[in-house]
Amino acid sequence: MDKRLIGKRVVRNEDPRLLTGQAQYVDDVNLPNMAHAAMFRSEYAHARIRSIDVSKARAYPGVIAVYTAEDMGADCYPGPPLVSPPPTVKDVIFNSRRQVPLVKDKIRHAGEIIAVVIAETRYIAEDGLDLIEIEYEPLPVVADIEKALEPDSPLVHDDLDSNLAAHLVQKKGDYEAARASADAIIQRRFTIERGTAAAMENRGIVAQWDAKSEALTVWDTTQAPIPIRNGLAARLGLSESKVRVIAPFIGGGFGPKIMMFYSEEMLVPWLAIKLNRPVKWIEDRRENFYATTQERGQVHEVEMAFTRDGKILGIKDDFIHDTGAYDPYGLTTPLNTQSHVMGGYDIPNFTSEFRVAFTNKTIVTPMRGAGRPHGIYVIERMMDIAAKELGIDRVEIRRRNLIKPDAFPYEHGIIDQAFAPLIFDSGNYEAVLNETLKAVGYEKFIKEEQPRYRAEGRRVGIGVLPFIETTGVGPYEGARVTVEASGKIAVATGVGTQGQGHFTSFAQVVAEQLGVDVTDVRITTGDSAHFNWGTGTFASRGAVVAGNAMHAAATMVRKKILKLASKVLNAPEEELELEDGMVRVADIPQSSISLSDLAALANPLRGAVEPGTEPGLEATAYYGPQYGPTAFGVHAMIAEIDAETMMIKILRYVVTEDCGTILNPLILEGQIHGGVALGLGNAYYEKLHFDENAQLLNASFMDYLLVGSTEMPRIEVHHLETRSPLNELGTKGVGEAGAIPVPALFAQTMEDALYDYNLEIRETPLNPNRLFGIARKEKTA
Amino acid sequence: MKPAPFAYYAPTTLDEALSLLSEHGYDAKVLAGGQSLVPMMNFRIAQPAVLVDINNIPDLAYINAEEGGVRVGALTRHHQSETSPVMARHAPLIYSTMPKIAYPQVRTRGTFGGSLSHADPSAELPTLTTTLDAKFRLVSQCGERWVSAREFFLGLYTTALEPDEILIEGFVPELPPRSGWSLQEVNRRKHDFALAGVAAVLTLDESGICQDARLVFLSVGDHPMYAERASNLLKGQALTPEAIRAATELATTEEIDPGDDIHATADFRRHLAKTLCQRAIEQAHQRAQGKQ
Repeated sequence: MDKRLIGKRVVRNEDPRLLTGQAQYVDDVNLPNMAHAAMFRSEYAHARIRSIDVSKARAYPGVIAVYTAEDMGADCYPGPPLVSPPPTVKDVIFNSRRQVPLVKDKIRHAGEIIAVVIAETRYIAEDGLDLIEIEYEPLPVVADIEKALEPDSPLVHDDLDSNLAAHLVQKKGDYEAARASADAIIQRRFTIERGTAAAMENRGIVAQWDAKSEALTVWDTTQAPIPIRNGLAARLGLSESKVRVIAPFIGGGFGPKIMMFYSEEMLVPWLAIKLNRPVKWIEDRRENFYATTQERGQVHEVEMAFTRDGKILGIKDDFIHDTGAYDPYGLTTPLNTQSHVMGGYDIPNFTSEFRVAFTNKTIVTPMRGAGRPHGIYVIERMMDIAAKELGIDRVEIRRRNLIKPDAFPYEHGIIDQAFAPLIFDSGNYEAVLNETLKAVGYEKFIKEEQPRYRAEGRRVGIGVLPFIETTGVGPYEGARVTVEASGKIAVATGVGTQGQGHFTSFAQVVAEQLGVDVTDVRITTGDSAHFNWGTGTFASRGAVVAGNAMHAAATMVRKKILKLASKVLNAPEEELELEDGMVRVADIPQSSISLSDLAALANPLRGAVEPGTEPGLEATAYYGPQYGPTAFGVHAMIAEIDAETMMIKILRYVVTEDCGTILNPLILEGQIHGGVALGLGNAYYEKLHFDENAQLLNASFMDYLLVGSTEMPRIEVHHLETRSPLNELGTKGVGEAGAIPVPALFAQTMEDALYDYNLEIRETPLNPNRLFGIARKEKTA
Repeated sequence: MKPAPFAYYAPTTLDEALSLLSEHGYDAKVLAGGQSLVPMMNFRIAQPAVLVDINNIPDLAYINAEEGGVRVGALTRHHQSETSPVMARHAPLIYSTMPKIAYPQVRTRGTFGGSLSHADPSAELPTLTTTLDAKFRLVSQCGERWVSAREFFLGLYTTALEPDEILIEGFVPELPPRSGWSLQEVNRRKHDFALAGVAAVLTLDESGICQDARLVFLSVGDHPMYAERASNLLKGQALTPEAIRAATELATTEEIDPGDDIHATADFRRHLAKTLCQRAIEQAHQRAQGKQ
């Protein structure tokens, strides 16, 4: 019998609960005497608050209380920085400015909270909002990231000399020397605009204060329950053991749910204590468009040096990154961009400089992709342009530059988002490219099918391109694995979960070690009462960091099981087998003991636990990588476009992903499907439209065009497995992979489809109107 | 996103409903499918003091074939129209367009009368009923009147309805023999409001000459834009490529009024309208010749 569970298409343990509506989400938490909060948010993006009058709201029947910054007094101070600036880079500038629970004097983006109304129902709370009167003094608005850094720009933070939030330069080799010896220099400018993650479940917080035991319980849609617990305890002056943070089932995180601390996260627990009543706040969709963090805005000025046969000599990239009104998340996103601007290519010389700009827009923090799609967009657009200018086939020029299998570990000499050295641990990039070309039928399409389409007057294009994803960064995660008296396995970890299938993939890792069914492993995630240590789920790290902690803990429990069973069954450990929840002596099936009985023996009610051993069959382990593994993939697309309407139809979509050891292909493919959906959005549908006053013009799903099932192509996923040498399981992350290459791939495919227009796409997201304008070389909105 | 306070009535007879509307006038709104009104209330864009829910009034949902056309009740859900053999036979333009209206959840609740009374210039039903020369029965406590679709839609969310009236049913005339129809639209996503669209109906005589034509555009003006001059230009003509191009040109340069928004500029909308108008006339022509 095949005992391997890792790598199997196991259906998800959590799905019956999710599909029958039995899973608990934050909004399902309903407590006796619970009050409801609604936030009064600024309409202006940049304004001074002249006066606040909440008297009518306070008098409205059903309103319990209204608080402003003044009422909150000394408790109204900024949240802690989530990520500190990098200490290791020379001459780095970083100006840390963080959001507050309630704004007292100056509004820095539309949607900042000025007052909170607490009422018997959310309806009444919202009626209360309508009665609040604010007198504003509107200020000139910083809406554009390039203008933000001009000397005469208005200031988002008056105590700074400019809107420069950060400045950082990283170098490898000598770009100027490479440039001097190049046959071709290509320069371009690229713009990438903002989108939103639009998780199906908006944010939400319920806080309950037990005054008698001085204990606070908070249900929060966070990706990082343990850090939230620690921060809340510090903020509220409570012992960490008296604060319990539960991140229950969450309907999608995608990054923005690890923005700590959101104003509401500081506010709602404080209110629960102040009022001595449970308080619930559930973000609505409109609030989500203003108050939940966003991402993607960058402008790049790039230069690349090539030999005439297409070998890359170097890249010089200079970009501006939009951080919005505050920068609590440090430099993660622009550092990630820097790490991805070289793609999967062997590039000896590299200079990258970025400036981060404060603007009067919603705060920017990492969102699925997290700076990586920008880097891949820039390098892959440049590769397409170079292929055209040098007269080399676009696949061939990439093949010539991909990092070779024997070059790993490939050290870049710069730092990554976690301030660790950027090292690509392993890979077989060309094999992934070849697999994709074969699967999509590239040669046949180019030689036979495309000419036939063109003869029929149809514009059908093909695109193929590679990408890397740095994943699985530190610092660490942990897991505790316990064999319970029932023989079932209990596992706890501090990492949060938002639908990634942790209840199954983690269970597979543990079940394989302990010889039990996947359904007999019960995972608890995201509850600080069950596991005390952890950072969170982000940076495509769950399977790598928590997964390897699971594996380590399960391995330790396996050893404990074998040691005890060896004694009980009077057989050497080497002859024991774990299978079907039993320990058996090989070849003597009648000589066996169940895990249930063994667990009882390990935790006896009488007798003694031997010195040097611990009770129970339990172990806790941690895993912290020195640096993260890097995954690789290639996407290909065949799409048709109607050049009159710019309506597209995707005929084929092929993905080959190499994320090391696969835990569960079913879950992996689901991750890729979701990522591609976001990527298509970032390519052709999803754009936040801000006007010159930084007012969002499409704050609803009627006007913010999420990709739906009717827009999605069928995605064919192929796998290669180049194990990571960095961890026991050999895993690399994949959570963000699907989203990363799509905008660049879409641009390449459209250029190929609209071959007779000879267009060059240098911006994303596109839309039909804009594509029409580019194709006809018109200036359009 | 919770509505402001409002009074809610759920009358079980039409008389009761009309009496409530008469009593509350402009303060009252009729709730049918609620697919536009309720989101607007949740955004507090609409804050009616009184909601008159007509869903409990019996016998307002029907699609009945009659001499010369089909009679459609106000509470007929889009899903009923989408699946009705009577609609398919007598008003194929409406029947075949139904799947393009939003998505199944909306079509399950949304109503014929509601969509017409709401008069969104991007919605299909106002344009289709205008194209088919439908008429609507408007009822109040004072009596009733029939108003043609062309006279009903006055502007953005504005109709000939008085505050005390309910659009109770519509009559959609059947197309004569040798007629063809087409609805062409461009939507960002399958279920979105169209960036631009056009409905065309044509009737040919026995020699293939265009006897009657109506071209009506959506999303390129503040109400369904009937291109009367372009429609007339087609009449009495053999529908040659030149004739189609001339009518398209006239319609899309002089008889529509597209606007700019975040999804499309007026110029792009005009370009789309032109492309779609030509395709619509061609498809309607094909159908009129029995080719589709």
